[in-house]
Amino acid sequence: MNKVRFILSLGFLLICILFRQPLEADPVKHVLIQLPFLAISGYLFVIGLGELNLRITEPIANALLLVAVFAILFWMLPRSIDATLVNPVVEIAKFISIPVFVGGSLAIGRANSNPFLRGFLKANAISMLGVLSFLYIHAPLRICNSYLVSDQERLGFAFLITAIGLAIAWSIPLFAPPLNKSNV
Amino acid sequence: MRSFIQYLLPSCVVIILGGGALLAATDGFRAFTEESARRLHVAENQPIMPLLELEDMKGDKLMLGQEPYSAGKITLVEFIYTSCPIICQAAGSDYARLRDRLTQAGLSGQARLISVSFDPVQDTPRQMREYAENHGATGDIWTIARIFPPDLDLMKRSFGLRVIPDDMGGYQHNAAIHLLDKSGRLSNIFNIEAVDEVFQAVQRML
Repeated sequence: MNKVRFILSLGFLLICILFRQPLEADPVKHVLIQLPFLAISGYLFVIGLGELNLRITEPIANALLLVAVFAILFWMLPRSIDATLVNPVVEIAKFISIPVFVGGSLAIGRANSNPFLRGFLKANAISMLGVLSFLYIHAPLRICNSYLVSDQERLGFAFLITAIGLAIAWSIPLFAPPLNKSNV
Repeated sequence: MRSFIQYLLPSCVVIILGGGALLAATDGFRAFTEESARRLHVAENQPIMPLLELEDMKGDKLMLGQEPYSAGKITLVEFIYTSCPIICQAAGSDYARLRDRLTQAGLSGQARLISVSFDPVQDTPRQMREYAENHGATGDIWTIARIFPPDLDLMKRSFGLRVIPDDMGGYQHNAAIHLLDKSGRLSNIFNIEAVDEVFQAVQRML
């Protein structure tokens, strides 16, 4: 068990809870800060448990990565984003499901999953963010009823920056391969 | 072969369950946004709207809801605020086109158009008359009205209207034309520019 990771996990979760209103008032902060922080909270909590994540087989690890993908897809739906702001039950579900199904699944499944699957999902994550950025920047109507069109455009540009950032970050190992080949 | 199936089985289970969850969350991949979900829900369930009392641009009471308050007419409702610089002005122009289509088809006695203000504090009868004059709403088939403040939340909830303040002292809201049948059921929601579509829906309903 790693106390530092537990404390960090709790810290990320507390930030999301204590600053819920200011974070959710802005779609960029909501989608690109609060939701990732919740996932990071779950991720840190699970890797804080130590050896647990090494005891699973590759098929289960692959399945866990897919659990994270479906959870991300669910919470990226504009309808889900709107629902969290008007329905307390959905809001609570968000605070529980993202740490567990995104952060926790990635923490357990990442290391032991098939490297081709990881690469495939990373490529798809970048392209999905690109599509989302185009959609949010150019949609003439509000995609989320809870946010202004101008905020929607900002979110679109933030998606684009995130996609570029991830593409760069995930490309670096290709030019300077790490010693641990599981980190594809 | 067996090991291959064992390898894929957990992922296949997740794909089936995850796909099912997404299917349920989007009403069968038909509604990805709150607005499309609202329209789908209305088209499939045709909910009865509550009785709402409005004040029109002449200062008269106007009822919105079930018979006898529907005046035996199909009611078309759009939500506006009169100081809106863009969307509500466009909505007014589209409503004028719809009014003309209905009048030309001889249906003006069987349908009524109401532009309802969700900003009753700012939109006084005088403000509403100005908006009406700008768009040619005379009050015969098309009138402008405002909700009374105590009923504002009820109106928003029942119609699924979402209004948020913008950065310029106004609002952004889900602009649409709401079609209520004579019994007060909300039967369909259309884009404000879908004049032909609304006209055809009114014809089908008669």
